Amino acid sequence: MFVELKEISKRFGNFEATKKVSFSLEKGTLAALLGPSGSGKTTILRMIAGLETPDSGDIFLDGQSITRLEPSRRGIGFVFQNYALFRYMTVFENIAFGLKTQKTPRAKIKEKINELLSLIGLEDLAGRYPAQLSGGQKQRVAFARALAPNPRILLLDEPFAAIDAKVRRELRTWLRRMISLLKITSIFVTHDQSEAIEVADRIIVTNSGRVEQTGAPVELYRTPATPFVAQFIGESTVIRDYGRLVGFENAPRESECAVRPEFIRLYAQGEPIQLENTVQDGQIESLAFRGDVLQVTVSVRGFSLATGYSLERPPLAVGQTVKVMIYRVYAFKEGKAELVGNRLLANGGGGYNFQI
Amino acid sequence: MSQTRQSKKVIPGFGLTMGITMSYVGFFVLIPMISMALQAAQLSFKEIVQVATDARVLSSYKVSFGCSFLAAAINVVFGTILAWVLVRYRFPGRRLIDGLIELPFALPTAVAGIALTSLTTDKGWIGQPLSHLGISVAYTKVGIVTALTFITLPFMVRSVQPVLEQLSPDYEEAGRTLGAGSFTIFRKIVLPELKPAVMTGFSLALARGLGEYGSVIFIAGNKPFQTEIAPLMIVTRLEEFLYGQATAVAMFMLFASFMIMFMVNRLQIRAARFVEN
Amino acid sequence: MPPSQTVKIGAESRRQENPFIKNALIVISLLFTLLMLVMPLLVVVTQAFGAGWANFARAVTDTFTVKALQLTLLTTVIAVAANTLFGLTAAWCLTRYRYRGQSLLITMIDLPFAVSPIIAGLIFILTYGRLGWTHSFLEAHNLKIVFAAPGIVMATIFVTIPFVAREIIPVLTARGTDEEQAAVLMGAGFFRTFFYVTLPHIRWALVYSVILCTARAMGEFGAVSVVSGHLRGKTNTLPLHIEILYNEHHYREAFAVSAILVITSIVILTARSVVERIAKKEVNQSVR
Repeated sequence: MFVELKEISKRFGNFEATKKVSFSLEKGTLAALLGPSGSGKTTILRMIAGLETPDSGDIFLDGQSITRLEPSRRGIGFVFQNYALFRYMTVFENIAFGLKTQKTPRAKIKEKINELLSLIGLEDLAGRYPAQLSGGQKQRVAFARALAPNPRILLLDEPFAAIDAKVRRELRTWLRRMISLLKITSIFVTHDQSEAIEVADRIIVTNSGRVEQTGAPVELYRTPATPFVAQFIGESTVIRDYGRLVGFENAPRESECAVRPEFIRLYAQGEPIQLENTVQDGQIESLAFRGDVLQVTVSVRGFSLATGYSLERPPLAVGQTVKVMIYRVYAFKEGKAELVGNRLLANGGGGYNFQI
Repeated sequence: MSQTRQSKKVIPGFGLTMGITMSYVGFFVLIPMISMALQAAQLSFKEIVQVATDARVLSSYKVSFGCSFLAAAINVVFGTILAWVLVRYRFPGRRLIDGLIELPFALPTAVAGIALTSLTTDKGWIGQPLSHLGISVAYTKVGIVTALTFITLPFMVRSVQPVLEQLSPDYEEAGRTLGAGSFTIFRKIVLPELKPAVMTGFSLALARGLGEYGSVIFIAGNKPFQTEIAPLMIVTRLEEFLYGQATAVAMFMLFASFMIMFMVNRLQIRAARFVEN
Repeated sequence: MPPSQTVKIGAESRRQENPFIKNALIVISLLFTLLMLVMPLLVVVTQAFGAGWANFARAVTDTFTVKALQLTLLTTVIAVAANTLFGLTAAWCLTRYRYRGQSLLITMIDLPFAVSPIIAGLIFILTYGRLGWTHSFLEAHNLKIVFAAPGIVMATIFVTIPFVAREIIPVLTARGTDEEQAAVLMGAGFFRTFFYVTLPHIRWALVYSVILCTARAMGEFGAVSVVSGHLRGKTNTLPLHIEILYNEHHYREAFAVSAILVITSIVILTARSVVERIAKKEVNQSVR
């Protein structure tokens, strides 16, 4: 393993920022540290960089413990949330800074910077100051500056947070392409699940100082290990006492589960139903047009469930009664999440069939 | 040990800058202040009370407090008007006045002292017309108040000015759209915003006025029981080599200044609570 | 006072003012400024040159005046240099790290502002004077601090300690530490980080505070008066020299020497305004 964290704990006063955090990444991975604010993800990133010191635990980089190593010796490229570009230096000087401290010969610096500038596509802006750049350009400069000294690993703290929504999408793709081009191991912090899912090879989900689950985006989506991951990744409704639903009568009392939109099938009036015994009545609570689908909230046995509905199918109206079938749910049991299928369906509803 | 500390203080230079800072503060502030505390500790409580409540000393406290208070109060009025005019209006000479506000900080106090004295004696440019009205300024308490008003003017203006600059016209416009008149707007909308700054300026002016020496001694005349200020009492005791007595008077003054500074801090903390972000 | 960073475009035009109140307030301000600030300057200049240029020249070239000027310059240079270095290091270690006792340290740096200049002089007499605990040591090594130049320098340093630190601390606090952290991760040491990354941000605040510090150091009277011993030609600074001339009823000479300081303070005020304007412009540009 190229990066390895072993039981890292850190507290700030009374606040436990991270509690025995462990995970590991292979060389060349682009990983996302995903979690809500205050979940410890930025602290983890800053501890890898050496900007914070863990109270206990060990951090390994390429087999070597870097826990006690000075930040400047770790070989880390860091992109700050607000870029932290040197305001009184030009783009060229910003990128050159790390090379100068390494006492790189002048000619070599120039060559390297030109190479980086053409990589990020800002050859013409070498003489500009950060205040004269747009958010996206600043981001690119910060990226080039972090890469200039040839770091072993690239860390990015909320790299897209300060950029407006339109450019953000573009930059995500750009960053993804750059990192796969350079094949540099990278970790970025984000609180936006769609960003993590789109960009990262692996996602480390953090919640109140702990790692909930580590895995490929598809793995986290399909097999969330904990209730938190089931709720946080993808859109789902959490309900309690779901034993009331047809097909889930075996659920323990008072227990909770999460229902994804695609776990629900609606039958409008008159639509043929394959297995009559698997459906129950529901009332349409609200309808919202989302372009490709209708976003539907349906009330089923006292639960308000969200799902999608194709525009190709018979129209729905608010207040209308429909038939609802639930294929499967993520049942929460002792801090774990587990896929439970509708017992009345032939395959137990468990066949969550898609492959990437 | 150094390893953990280094990694805690990520940015380099902690040892160096902290070392210089502590030695400097220690040498120039702590050691001298402690020396005074030691000197004060050698006095008996009775002695301290005796010196500090000596009739002449007591009257000097009264003069110092009374005149500083009055000067600070005068500046509440004129300092606020000046700040208001400088922020709100554009007129010829505005920049000049803005630059001159800090004159009392830049002009040596002794120069201010002799200049104000020569202006306000019975033969001075201002003193002469006033003397016909039976008012004498130089060598009276009025003179002390004049000198202290001069010295402490910048505190008030520079406390109020930034607050007025930050005050968004939106508030006043909102008031106006609700039908409030100019005076009501000022009283209900502007004044509450200014209050903490005015209080801070007042306290700073008061503290500075209590300690002020250079500008006052020339204009005061220094008549015992009438125009002697508290700092002068320290100087006279020192000139008689009565170090203990000088220390006793100083300790009382320090106590008063600290109380005022404490108040200023509280005011600033309170003011900060209303500021967003 | 750091240059204000807000720009309100059209703020005045949006306000309707009662013209009578407006003009009355402007007149009051002009009168007050004239009486309190302009007249004292004018009186010094007219008194100084009232008896002709030759008298003025004689007064300011007098041996004792020149010696006082020399001591004043020496004191000012040392005090300003020392406090600048101190102000920078103090601002650095108070804003780039977090540790216990920070607010206590700030209070100690602020302390000289809360203390009367007379007390500032007194504490040095009590430390290094005849009754001070260092006296026997100083005596044995034939060192003289009180009633000598070192005492004057030390008292001046004390009263001007907060100037630079107080001006720079808010600027550094407001800016945060991201740029320094970025520099450190790229392997920069203290001096490289300070000179290339931090200093450009604080240069105007630094210049500004050095100007104000110089003004106070040159003009300090109370603290210096207490520790000087008033030895003519030896421990007299310009302000003290003015006092002596004035008390001996050499009014013309006193005002002539004062005129030097008046001119200096006008230069200082002008420099202050210029620096403030440049800094404001730069802030506005980088906000763009």
